[in-house]
Amino acid sequence: MSELGYFSLIISTIFVNNILLAKFLGNCPFLGTSKKMETAVGMAMAVVFVLVMAGAITWVVYHLFLVRFDLVYLRTIAFILVIASLVQFVELFLKKSIPALYAGLGIFLPLITTNCAVLGACVINIDEELSFMKSLVASFGFAVGFGLALILFAGVRERILLARVPKPLQDTSIGLITAGILSLTFFAFKGMV
Amino acid sequence: MAKTITQEFTKGLWAEIPPFRLVLGLCPVLGVTTTMENGIGMGLATTFVLLCSNILVSALRNIIPPKVRIACFIIIIATFVIVVELVMQAYTYPLFLRLGLFIPLIVVNCIVLGRAEAFASKNGLLPSMADGLGIGIGFTLSLAALGAIREIFGTGTFFGASVFGASYQPFTFMIQAPGAFVCLGLMLCIMNLFEK
Repeated sequence: MSELGYFSLIISTIFVNNILLAKFLGNCPFLGTSKKMETAVGMAMAVVFVLVMAGAITWVVYHLFLVRFDLVYLRTIAFILVIASLVQFVELFLKKSIPALYAGLGIFLPLITTNCAVLGACVINIDEELSFMKSLVASFGFAVGFGLALILFAGVRERILLARVPKPLQDTSIGLITAGILSLTFFAFKGMV
Repeated sequence: MAKTITQEFTKGLWAEIPPFRLVLGLCPVLGVTTTMENGIGMGLATTFVLLCSNILVSALRNIIPPKVRIACFIIIIATFVIVVELVMQAYTYPLFLRLGLFIPLIVVNCIVLGRAEAFASKNGLLPSMADGLGIGIGFTLSLAALGAIREIFGTGTFFGASVFGASYQPFTFMIQAPGAFVCLGLMLCIMNLFEK
C-alpha cells in the first residue's frame, strides 16, 4: 500500500480493500445499525469524523512516542486509549460548539470506541508503514468505504423488510447472506489497483 | 438467580453460544475462519482473554467506580490482549502471522467487553470464571465449525489432509470474503431450524 499514489490509495481503500466487505472489520455496527437508513447515515458520518482524527493521532503517538521510547509492544493499549479519549473529547466538543451535528450523530459517537474498523484501520496504517499524509488519506478512504457499504446495505435491508422471508432465515441470517452478495459485488474491484 | 456453576458454564455452549445467539464479535468469526486451525487458534486466544478479564473484573468489581467502569474494563482487556500477542509471537509464530491484525482486535471484540459489563461486574469470582470459560469454549467451537466447513469445501482439506481426493475442484468462493458471510448466514438459518 505504501507505494501507491494518493489517488490509487483512495480507490484502493474505498473499493478494493473495503474495510467491511473485504477486511471484515466493523461488522457489529454493520449488522446492528443497518436496519434503518437514518441510523446507517448517522453511523457512517460518525465513523468518517472519528476515523480520520484517530488515524492522524495514532500515527503521531506511534512514531513520536512508542517508537522513540521503545514501547512498540504497548501499541494495542495505547491506541485503544487514544481512541476512547478522542471519542469522549469529540463528544464534549460537539455538544458545546456544534449542537446540531451532535444531535445528528447522537448515540453513535460512544459506540465508535468498540468499533473495530477504527482500531483496525489505525493498525493497518502502521503495519503498512504509511507516511503521515498517506495514513490520513488511507483513514479517510477506509471511513468512506465503511460509510458507502453501510448505506448501500441499509438500502437493501429496508427493501427486505417488505419481502416475505422464510422463517428460519429471518433477521440476521438473511442480513448476513445479503452482506455476502454485496461483498461479491465489491469483489469485482479486485485487481483494479 | 440461583444458577449453579455448571449451568453458568454450559449456557455458553448452546443457549448463549456467542456468534450465533448474541450476534457479537463477528469480525474475527468471519475474518480468520478460512481454515479450522486458524479458527481454533483465534478461539483459544479469545478464551484466554475472556477468562482472565472476567476474573480480574469480578475481583475488582467493588473497587472500580461505576462512572469510569468501561474505560477500566478496556484497560484490563487490553493488558491481557498484549499478553496473548507476545506469547503467540514467541511460541506460535506462523499462526501469529496468519491471524495478524485480528489479535490486537480482540480488545474491541464485543463479546469480551459484553461479558465484563453484563456478567463479571455483577457476579462473584467462581461464576465469572465459569461464564468466561463457557462463552470462550462456545466461541472456539463456533469458529472451529465455521472454519471446518469453509476449509472442507473451499480447499478440499481438513486440518491440512485431503478429504475428497485429488480430483476435487476446490469451491474457492467459500474461503473468500463473500463466502464467509453466506456460510455464517446459512449456519444461523440451520440453527434456527433446529430450535423449532
